[in-house]
Amino acid sequence: MTTPATAAMPASSKKPQVQKEDAMWLQKELINRNYQELATAHERGKKISATFVPGNLNELLMCFDFARSLPETNQLQNGMRKKSGKFIMDAERDGQSEDVCTYVKSDLGMMLNGQVGPTGDPLPRPDLLLLSYTGCFTFMKWFELIRQKFGGETVMLHVPYQGDGKINPNMRDYVVKQLKETVIPALEKVSGVKFDIDRLRQYMRESAKAEEDLVAVLQSAKNRPSPIDGYFGGVYYIGPIFTAFRGTPDASKFYGMLRSEIEQRVRDGKGPITPDGEMTSERYRLVVEGPPNWTSFRDFWKMFYEDGAVVVTSTYAKVGGLYDFGFRHDPDRPLESLAEYCMGCYTNLNLPQRIDMICKYIEEYQADGLLINSIKSCNSFSAGQLLILREVEKRTGKPAAFIETDLVDPRYFSAANVKNRLESYFQMIEQKRAAQH
Amino acid sequence: MSKVAAIIERCQALYEDLDFKAVQEWKNAAPKRKVVGYMPVYVPREIAHAAGILSVGILGGGDQLEVIQGDAYYQSYICRIPRSTIELGLTGKLDGFDGMLFPSICDVIRNLSGMWQILFKDKYVRYFDVPQNYEDNIGGTYYVHELEILRDDLAKLAGVEITNEKINRSIEVFNENRRVIRELYAYRAAKPWQAPTTEIYLLQRAGMVLPVEEHTQLLRDYLAATEAEPRQMRDNARVVINGTFCEQPPLNLIKSIEMAGCYVVDDDFMLVTRWLLDDVPSDGDALDNLSKAFLHHSASTSAKYETKREEKGQFLLQQVTERRAEGVVFACPSFCDPALLERPMLQDVLSAHGVPHTAFKYAENTGQMAPIREQAGTFADSIKLWSAA
Repeated sequence: MTTPATAAMPASSKKPQVQKEDAMWLQKELINRNYQELATAHERGKKISATFVPGNLNELLMCFDFARSLPETNQLQNGMRKKSGKFIMDAERDGQSEDVCTYVKSDLGMMLNGQVGPTGDPLPRPDLLLLSYTGCFTFMKWFELIRQKFGGETVMLHVPYQGDGKINPNMRDYVVKQLKETVIPALEKVSGVKFDIDRLRQYMRESAKAEEDLVAVLQSAKNRPSPIDGYFGGVYYIGPIFTAFRGTPDASKFYGMLRSEIEQRVRDGKGPITPDGEMTSERYRLVVEGPPNWTSFRDFWKMFYEDGAVVVTSTYAKVGGLYDFGFRHDPDRPLESLAEYCMGCYTNLNLPQRIDMICKYIEEYQADGLLINSIKSCNSFSAGQLLILREVEKRTGKPAAFIETDLVDPRYFSAANVKNRLESYFQMIEQKRAAQH
Repeated sequence: MSKVAAIIERCQALYEDLDFKAVQEWKNAAPKRKVVGYMPVYVPREIAHAAGILSVGILGGGDQLEVIQGDAYYQSYICRIPRSTIELGLTGKLDGFDGMLFPSICDVIRNLSGMWQILFKDKYVRYFDVPQNYEDNIGGTYYVHELEILRDDLAKLAGVEITNEKINRSIEVFNENRRVIRELYAYRAAKPWQAPTTEIYLLQRAGMVLPVEEHTQLLRDYLAATEAEPRQMRDNARVVINGTFCEQPPLNLIKSIEMAGCYVVDDDFMLVTRWLLDDVPSDGDALDNLSKAFLHHSASTSAKYETKREEKGQFLLQQVTERRAEGVVFACPSFCDPALLERPMLQDVLSAHGVPHTAFKYAENTGQMAPIREQAGTFADSIKLWSAA
């Protein structure tokens, strides 16, 4: 599955010209620091865990002093730094099919190339692969493949899918029982640290604070103009909370700062900050379904903001938790709350739930329509998106459009095609508006 | 016509019948009969049987169905089985079905369950999740509850009560079917020239649409008939086919592998009939017994998590050893995440054990068999050459 999003902006020769909010600089610092901590973890006597973003158990892992690696974010970072193309081809030469997920292949390729992370720091092999099986079949194979090729221990947390569109008590009990009887003992064994539930509660209290601020930031896009871009900008906002920082004071500080900045932008009536500066004209308000392309991230974003299109909200910014629908980590029922968190992530929702959510977004954010960025690598997101498109159009009366790219395989990003389709879509929105007046 | 030919002709007709006429005839034969479809890999058919419901395996549209509407629902990089299944639904071929079960196998089939809920609102639809934790008190408890939900839903659909005794009786019926299938597979491994895989495949496909009792009898009849009709033994390479557990290969592909000089001595076709490896106890708590069978005595395929590295590939290796196979043919559907992500791991294990293997991809509507025949032929030849050396 495709998950975010520690999208610290990569180093580039144009760096001085890139515009960012202050919080974005802090975010970059956090992300880089995490890579340094991973690089030196073993020297410092710490164990390293790897786990996936949706349904990640960051608070729990922190209870055992693990340094925390997120394979999808490592690969999106490699994608943004133009390293993933070679890794993918190396993995294909090593026997992986051209048809399968490019995050997986980029990760395997990175390991085959000496296990150096995106920042250039060493990225040692994890001591534990915590397989939170949330919303993505490929996750299971991904860690099985790493285990097969490079060794290491895996522990599985099977998170049932919301096939009926709800979480029933049996599902929750199943996850809690796995946490108690399988996951926590495995974490204790590998780390040598005894589980302390009060420590978990403290981290979860911290998580809830940051979650509150994140929701305020994401929902600020209901304003006109929107002070944020909820997709391209959104991946920076969700980075810390979807990864190694949820539950830390650093994350609370980041989201507090970010919220203040965004609220000030609302008061000032300002639009989003883009890499080329503030967006001053908001012509189209879009909801986007699907992950971004990372290999041409900035070019992709530019196709939107140079035409005055702002993404007011996106489903991708919910793969690590549906906080805007009310979920908060609850320290009073820590394990139950972790279970509900895992089961509530976006790609663990069924198709009707996803459609309901998008329709609600279009209404609440006063969007002009839906754009689907369909990702070749990601069946979890992509299978069914054409039906989503039809249903959303039917229910909202708003125009929808479809583009196709990939996560980190540069061979599947065709800038001219994407731009053509976007321009056609913007024209479609204009025609729809003209017809209404 | 020989007895074998007559049996296979019947199976072929069932295989080619994309309108599921046999299913409709079964349904029309008595009032209030219900039919539920299911997709690969596994559902506990015993529970539907206990309700008097006919469970029917839906394995896509094969190479005879022209997919028009289904293509409008899927991007080019998604496998073919969901689009042809949608086509079957939208063209009315599944109108006689009262429900569909979508087992946990991959994200595409999982999402198809939601699409079915939207497209066929008047039908019963269930995503059937199975545990990836194999402890009785954890995954088992969860799974028994899932089975209870399925039991209650199907009872409601059929308008009957599904008692523990009824399920136990159905377990016995399916145990018998599993026994005969084990016998059939053992027979083929012993005398592959007497039971070509094109025939085994069609016999198994018949089991997707026939009532289980009828299927069991059909297999018995076949075993007796083929033993009575000696056929010529060839010096073929003995191979296991792996990767075909969901989207089906065209029948011509299986024929091509055989014609290229391979005896297929094991496979992963229609695993639902062989998922539970032993007899399930048919006394006591039926759902608990089904759960334990799933957790501790079931087949291995990519859709199932393997808790330890050492377990990976062992099921396949065991197939190779027990069936005295000389190689493995990986035939995987294009864009099939489970098969294609699993394949490199299995290949590593086979290589480590000196088992030759080859690999290619197909789609259910693949028409060009020449390259596959050439590849399989070269593989068979190379096995024979190595054997000679």
